[in-house]
Amino acid sequence: MAGTKEIRVKIASVKSTQKITKAMEMVAASKMRRAQDRMKAARPYADKIRRVIGHLRVTNPTNHPYLVEREVKSVGMIVVSSDRGLCGSLNVNVFKNVLAMVREYQAQGVEVRLTLIGAKALQFFRRLKLPIEASITHMGDKPHIADLIGTVKAMLDLFEEKKIDRLLLVSNRFVNTMTQKPTLLPLLPAETVDQADLQERWDYIYEPAPDALIEYYMMRYIESTVYRAVVENLACEMAARMVAMKSATDNAGKLIDELQLIYNKARQAAITKEISEIVGGAAAV
Amino acid sequence: MANTIHIDIVSAEGEIHSGPATMVFAPASGGEIGVAPRHAPLLTTLKPGEVRVQTEGGEELMFWVGGGALEVQPHKVTVLADTAARARDLDEAAAQAAKQRAEEAIRDRVGAMEIAEAQAELARAVAQLRAIEKLRQLRKGG
Repeated sequence: MAGTKEIRVKIASVKSTQKITKAMEMVAASKMRRAQDRMKAARPYADKIRRVIGHLRVTNPTNHPYLVEREVKSVGMIVVSSDRGLCGSLNVNVFKNVLAMVREYQAQGVEVRLTLIGAKALQFFRRLKLPIEASITHMGDKPHIADLIGTVKAMLDLFEEKKIDRLLLVSNRFVNTMTQKPTLLPLLPAETVDQADLQERWDYIYEPAPDALIEYYMMRYIESTVYRAVVENLACEMAARMVAMKSATDNAGKLIDELQLIYNKARQAAITKEISEIVGGAAAV
Repeated sequence: MANTIHIDIVSAEGEIHSGPATMVFAPASGGEIGVAPRHAPLLTTLKPGEVRVQTEGGEELMFWVGGGALEVQPHKVTVLADTAARARDLDEAAAQAAKQRAEEAIRDRVGAMEIAEAQAELARAVAQLRAIEKLRQLRKGG
């Protein structure tokens, strides 16, 4: 039968694809671990800064614009996505959430401005008629906070100019290897800090004045929060890719089994046909 | 020990140093300061420079910081280090660059992005063709 050779070629091609997906799975697994380490490394800084801001707010009630709630006419969103695909529905889930929120805000007559992190977000939101204020893509597997400064600053400037009245961060939260959840984190105006953390209280000597310090700390706090979200999203991306590639490898295995069966049947059919031809031929003689 | 103070040096990307010290020197924005145990609570910003930590053994450790902040609590010193050199106009330039990237991405209709999209589309089409082919094979074989 003419099909056997083609089936054999097909099996070989699926096998080579399976090798690639298997390799991608393992690469993603090791990168995920490293991203998780980076996530953990970012925690102490954020915790310490949050505590200091808490102190500052309690001992020095100020009306810094970053801390004051105001009427919302326009909302800024920082959307974190991955640069590359092949990671299941990771990015799509975030985009769906963002779209739902955008529609809700627009129904209320609130304008939405976006800042996009990651090539996938840029690809997706470029098609929509929404103002994109800033973006950064291709930060690689080791993102640095220095790469994010400009992107965050662009949004902070808009907030100070009152072009946006609220700043939100949308990214994936790493629940475990199997689950990544799109989450929304309000960045500005800043949430009131937990009073429970501030049992011990003391007055600092300030150098320079408290207002300047609050500004400094708030900026660093937001930057480090965004940085953490980017690193966490990276861990999510790797986890999602790992799972996607695992199922691709499994599917390839199933496909190979099926093809093998078809191949065997075809071969058997060819042999049977040949024998019957010979037998038929012998009978004719 | 009563005569030491705990110091943590952290940056947004990771912990740099943590341990007891007998004395800490830091480049505060108002000039270099030394922090001994039982220093009064203090909050200040740092200029780019060296943070020196004297340990109990009399050793002196040095850490370079690109600016940052210093917090002194009754029993603890925390240095929040910036990893990158920062200045207002540098930040401004970075913000401009981020805005420009977004604008270019929107304007650039047949840029690299488009090619990537086209490739993705092509990959999808090929996958569909393969699936159809597979179905056909199955029907023929089974």
